[in-house]
Amino acid sequence: MDSGNTAWVLTSAALVLFMTPGLAFFYAGMVRAKNVLGMLMQNFFSMGLVSVLWAVVAFSLAFGDGGAFIGNFDFVGLKDLADPDFQLPGYVGDLALTIPPLVFAAYQMMFAVITPALITGATADRMKFAAWVAFLGLWLVLVYAPVAHWVFSPTGWLFDRGALDFAGGTVVHINAGIAALVLVLVLGKRKGWPGEGMPPHNLPWTLLGTGILWFGWFGFNAGSALGANAVAAQAFMNTHLAAAAAMLSWLIVERLKDGHATTLGAASGAVAGLVAITPCAGFVSGMAPLVIGGAAGVLCYLAIQLKVKLGYDDSLDVVGVHLVGGIVGSVLLGLLADEAFGGLLFGGGSDLLVNQFIAVGATILFSGVLSFVIAKVVDLVIGLRVDDDAEDIGLDKSQHAEAAYNFGDIAMGRVGS
Amino acid sequence: MKLVTAIVKPFKVDDVKAALKALGVQGMTVSEAQGFGRQRGHTEVYRGAEYTVDFVPKVRVEVLVDDMDVDRTVDAIVTAARTDKIGDGKVWVSPIEDVTRIRTGERGPDAL
Repeated sequence: MDSGNTAWVLTSAALVLFMTPGLAFFYAGMVRAKNVLGMLMQNFFSMGLVSVLWAVVAFSLAFGDGGAFIGNFDFVGLKDLADPDFQLPGYVGDLALTIPPLVFAAYQMMFAVITPALITGATADRMKFAAWVAFLGLWLVLVYAPVAHWVFSPTGWLFDRGALDFAGGTVVHINAGIAALVLVLVLGKRKGWPGEGMPPHNLPWTLLGTGILWFGWFGFNAGSALGANAVAAQAFMNTHLAAAAAMLSWLIVERLKDGHATTLGAASGAVAGLVAITPCAGFVSGMAPLVIGGAAGVLCYLAIQLKVKLGYDDSLDVVGVHLVGGIVGSVLLGLLADEAFGGLLFGGGSDLLVNQFIAVGATILFSGVLSFVIAKVVDLVIGLRVDDDAEDIGLDKSQHAEAAYNFGDIAMGRVGS
Repeated sequence: MKLVTAIVKPFKVDDVKAALKALGVQGMTVSEAQGFGRQRGHTEVYRGAEYTVDFVPKVRVEVLVDDMDVDRTVDAIVTAARTDKIGDGKVWVSPIEDVTRIRTGERGPDAL
């Protein structure tokens, strides 16, 4: 056990946890004022339910020694993990962990918390809270845990065949992005979309949320080095540069196409860059993050225009930013990975690129199909969608019996001072 | 007695207030309003999606005055609120049947 590495990964775990409230505010600023608490609640609730499920069973399903496709029940209830020198299955030789397994489990827990939370941006303003609770729990166990096993656990089949994903381009972003697309197709459009204007109610919150996400992402990516070392340093620098480049490239395209550089564009571009660099963070160097971020800013901007053309109401562009950004990063990694990791442009041949495509395709197929089944089951049992009146009133009042803003509310009695 | 109602650009409210005070007007009521006239609305773009915002923010100013003060009140508001650009707003005058000051019970012009 190495105390420096342990300190860094513990810190990173806290940074990654902070991303979920950051995401909550990033999204909540973009919805209408009647749906703010509904959005915040779906995100905050993930910190509750996912954490409990993770400790009880999902960590074991993700990192237990159950073969190539899913873990097992060896670590149910965090069994055996309190021993600081215990090595998790597959973490041998160069991969041996120098941090206590409990730290690793806590760090991975924060990834599990934010991944399904990403989906809430797509389904904004119309999903029943009870349906979200059911979907969240089922999706974590049936979709997230196996995909995390495939990619992150050394015993998983994608890890084993050499597909690379430094911090979750497939496990987190493509996984949540395709689930968001499927869920939106089952759920249907918001009432009035796209004809009615549904502008963001508080862009300052969205920018604040972006800042928190950007800050937390250093834990997400540099923390994934699982040590305080040169790989973490490279991942840190790459993460920051990709976010910066993507913000610039998004704004340039936006300025050329729509006439203005917007604050929402700056926020969206930065997040697109952070998404795209996630799979690459510890595997690229030099100016590669500028290429990856720059490409993500442009491609994600173009991707979000598709929803209106194709008619699916991905309300806050989870598909355009996370699915597309995750694919951009995962595929570009096949080209731009350093020589040691086999990038095509650095003499590595096409093996890595092929593996990247397989990892992307497998994640889309598995998560897409299972998310569809879960959505249909929840729809049959609970009903995914609030009724018309509840949607008109807004999720805050209909789902939680609260209002986000009570400024001198005459209905509550005294007004102002 | 008359009610002078003016819809003006929000950043002109201070000028209108100063002009009315200079006239010796005893009180006024302002409220935030939204609407459109010939100026129409404007468009906002979020992630490439364009929204037309039909209602533009304005401020409604209401002043109760004696009949003989109507013309100079209207003139003062018009002079103070004018920018010569589209969207400067409107002023209208309506007759008022009676006014009561709540504290004293005074009625009619005495209550102004």
